[in-house]
Amino acid sequence: MGLLLAPPMLWLGVAYLGALAALFVTSLWGQNSFTGQIERVWTLDNFRDLFSIEVYRTITFRTLGIAALVTVVDAVLAFPIALYMAKVASPRLRRLLVIAVLMPLWASYLVKAYAWRGMLSEGGLIAWLAAPFGLDSPGYGLAATTLVLAYLWLPYMILPIYAGLERLPDSLFEASADLGGRAATTLRRVVLPMVFPAVVAGSVFTFSLSMGDYIAVRIVGGTGQLLGNVVYDNAGAANNLPFAAAVATVPVVVMLAYLAAVRRTGALENL
Amino acid sequence: MRTTTTQRLTAAAGACLLALVAGCGTSSDDETTTDADGAAAFTPPDVPLQKSLGEPEGRVSILAWPGYAEDGSTDKSVDWVTPFEEQSGCQADVKYFGTSDEAVKLMGTGEYDVVSASGDASLRLIASGDAAPVNTDLLENYGDIESFLKDRAWNSVEDQMYGVPHGWGANLLMYNTDVVKPAPTSWSAVFDDASVYAGKVTAYDSPIYIADAALYLMKHRPELGIEDPYALDEDQLAAAVDLLKKQNEHVSEYWSDYLKEVQAFSTGDSVIGTTWEVIAQVAQGEDVPVEAVLPEEGSTGWSDTWMIGADAANPNCGYAWMDYITSPKAQAAVAEYFGEAPANTRACELTSDAKFCDAYHATDADYADQIHYWTTPIEQCLDGRSDVRCTDYGDWTQAWTEVKG
Repeated sequence: MGLLLAPPMLWLGVAYLGALAALFVTSLWGQNSFTGQIERVWTLDNFRDLFSIEVYRTITFRTLGIAALVTVVDAVLAFPIALYMAKVASPRLRRLLVIAVLMPLWASYLVKAYAWRGMLSEGGLIAWLAAPFGLDSPGYGLAATTLVLAYLWLPYMILPIYAGLERLPDSLFEASADLGGRAATTLRRVVLPMVFPAVVAGSVFTFSLSMGDYIAVRIVGGTGQLLGNVVYDNAGAANNLPFAAAVATVPVVVMLAYLAAVRRTGALENL
Repeated sequence: MRTTTTQRLTAAAGACLLALVAGCGTSSDDETTTDADGAAAFTPPDVPLQKSLGEPEGRVSILAWPGYAEDGSTDKSVDWVTPFEEQSGCQADVKYFGTSDEAVKLMGTGEYDVVSASGDASLRLIASGDAAPVNTDLLENYGDIESFLKDRAWNSVEDQMYGVPHGWGANLLMYNTDVVKPAPTSWSAVFDDASVYAGKVTAYDSPIYIADAALYLMKHRPELGIEDPYALDEDQLAAAVDLLKKQNEHVSEYWSDYLKEVQAFSTGDSVIGTTWEVIAQVAQGEDVPVEAVLPEEGSTGWSDTWMIGADAANPNCGYAWMDYITSPKAQAAVAEYFGEAPANTRACELTSDAKFCDAYHATDADYADQIHYWTTPIEQCLDGRSDVRCTDYGDWTQAWTEVKG
């Protein structure tokens, strides 16, 4: 047993927690602003910049806002789909729907994001579809980013909710109906409270994936930037690894807080 | 039983973690003697000069600006890498980069043998010890390089060349000829008058783009006293940032990937903005109605240098590439494709357009001096002021994040 456990535990300890520790340590170093090389001197400057310079606060709140919005959009879209799959569809149709939900995950992230870039462009598919209603494509920007992220992470919300609803006994629906509950009341007072942990479980995925994303926003985000872009620009372009590491601790801290809150709902049992 | 095993494992993992952290914290193999004093003040780390050429290693990895090492994959008729491979016996792996920062970062990995570095990257590479001095005696074509490109501040230190000049040119203003009328003649089209094409303006996504705004202010707001767009004190930087923030309201998107800019112009999401000649060429090749012009204010630009990595795995093939790419034939091909003045002016006899070198002022040292070449901004003002502290590249990076908001 111990032998079997050792490699994964080492992996978890060294590769995962070790990387997080290294990240945190790096964020306490400085950088030579000319050559871009790391100077191994302990300093809190990176965190001071992160908190004192307004633009980083703006970007952090924007990122949190988008992640929350994506999560809400996905939850609203996923719930009826999952409900239909779990409780209405025939077993055969249910299997087909599960495959249909999983199918987009087989295609490359980049292909999907660039497809959206094409659709959202000037005179693209969305502009063409919206034209009869006197509307236009939202163009590249934060709205487009939210839309694309919501599309990309939707399966991660549908599947936990579907799993949660499937575990819900049909007898509960009947009991509610026997007691005079109409469909809406049953949904509101029976289904939603019981499936809430599943929604929270799904939100862990959509929220954390949105928080860390920097590719979709580069492709469809116009001039917008999120925390991931700040990390990318500092690590990939400006070569300021210590500051990038400091920025990268923000999503880690937010996710830890979020997970701690989620744990109280019991949603982690649903993962 | 199970708990004890787990506990032991956790302890072991914890110990590894501690060792790792300690290892990170104390390692001081970083022996650079450089300080942030920049051009005049720094002593480059001692990297040995290659004395002679040996057998080619059979391969070379090239880090280049897009369009500098074409192997026929973009356009079948544009290929000067294959002849090099046949001639030298070195298989070339080419990686393109989009910004100088990316080049510096990638060279730091030590995985690349040669790099085409602009002035805002070359000094950083020398100072960090990532680039080796170049023994120009080993390069047959070095003698034909224009003398005004040799031993310059961005490619040499104390009369030691750290690379071979490749070519130079100006950043241009590209516009969609169907939409933008009349044709723009000034950078004001993307700064003070950007609102005319609100939501359709594009700009280069790098802190070095701040210099474009500074150059514009230098011509239009003389009271700011900007002498050199790379030497900005805090007030001057703040003025440039203000200008860029106003521009930001009208920007559709920033580009650093040249193909993304081509795509944005072909769909019409961008109609005006800064560009390189090569991008205009690719867009025109795809029948996008664009023109690229040099506005009246002049422009920022680049003077590029092929440098060899200090840890190059294939130095002999690296030298073979540096010699080949500065030969008249290769220079003619690159210069015409990329749209820049070749460093080796013997290339001028070989260009398909006989007047090419005249159009790009390839032999005109005075013209070359009017372009404001990309240079890394440092604390010591590059314009010679000694009474103020200038903003350095770190400040510019920070400012660029604020511009994008």
